[in-house]
Amino acid sequence: MKINLKKYWLFIIFSILIGVGFILDLNIARGVFANFYSFFLTMLKFVPAVFLLIGLFEVWIDKDLIEKHLGKDSGFLAYFWVLILASTTVGGLYVAFPVASALYKKGASPRIIFSYIGTAAICRIPMTLFEASYVGVSFTAIRWLVSIPLVVISSILMEKFISEKDLANISDAA
Amino acid sequence: MIYYFTAALTAVLFMIDREKTIKGLKIGFKKIRKNSPVFLNMIILIALSLYFVSDELILRFLGDGSGAIGVALAGTLGSIAFIPGFVAFPLAGILLEKGVSYTVIAAFTTTLMMVGIVTYPVEKDFFGIKITVIRNIISLIMAIIVSIIIGLFYGELFI
Repeated sequence: MKINLKKYWLFIIFSILIGVGFILDLNIARGVFANFYSFFLTMLKFVPAVFLLIGLFEVWIDKDLIEKHLGKDSGFLAYFWVLILASTTVGGLYVAFPVASALYKKGASPRIIFSYIGTAAICRIPMTLFEASYVGVSFTAIRWLVSIPLVVISSILMEKFISEKDLANISDAA
Repeated sequence: MIYYFTAALTAVLFMIDREKTIKGLKIGFKKIRKNSPVFLNMIILIALSLYFVSDELILRFLGDGSGAIGVALAGTLGSIAFIPGFVAFPLAGILLEKGVSYTVIAAFTTTLMMVGIVTYPVEKDFFGIKITVIRNIISLIMAIIVSIIIGLFYGELFI
């Protein structure tokens, strides 16, 4: 397997700087590396599994099914489905992006995947529970009531105003 | 946990249709390989963000923040920072105890959740630069709207 070094430029520079920092015994290098290492481990705990699940999804799930429920002719219920999917999404936006593009490739409409990304950002259940217990239930309730409609409205607008050409860029990086 | 789920699902699917399942896993592995550089870039940005925009820094900057400047500062920090929910919300709780307004807290947590400068490499890879920029700008505007409505609700802002 040939590794494309160009894609790793940032990682190469980063490694060199961290290496130099360690030689010079700088605290910043140690701190940044500790963060890098611990987050790298966190990511290993679920991101590869997410991609395997997306792979299985692509092979096993019928395009017609997604088109029918989340496609361009889907109704209000589609937002409900993506809200369920979004609130149970693990990790963060970085998981929502590949999932959204896999849905798009299967025929989900742009407004639906933008709604999914938006709600995955703000409605994930574990996060919401933390919010409600530390900042207050009414705070969380208002935030949901205000931001979910805003996400849906802005997603519809994005679908209308973003050109086909830019939408065609949505790749599933396969 | 998710690995157990994936393994169990794979086992069941494998019994139903061997070839299909192997094909799916192959696609999955290909995706992992193809996406590792962008995820690596994101982890680097996150490592830098965690170091430079630390919890202490946020406590210091938002500690006595209020008004439009407080909201702007909170929105900026929320956009740059990468803080998982289980750290961010206890932090927000501390800020509240220190007397920081709900308006500022809302601007901070909403941008933290929706606007992602550190996730830019991944988002750009899947959606292209244009959509990524548009989505983040819209999210920023949304965070301001949410924070204003929160402010009105808690009686911190008046029309």
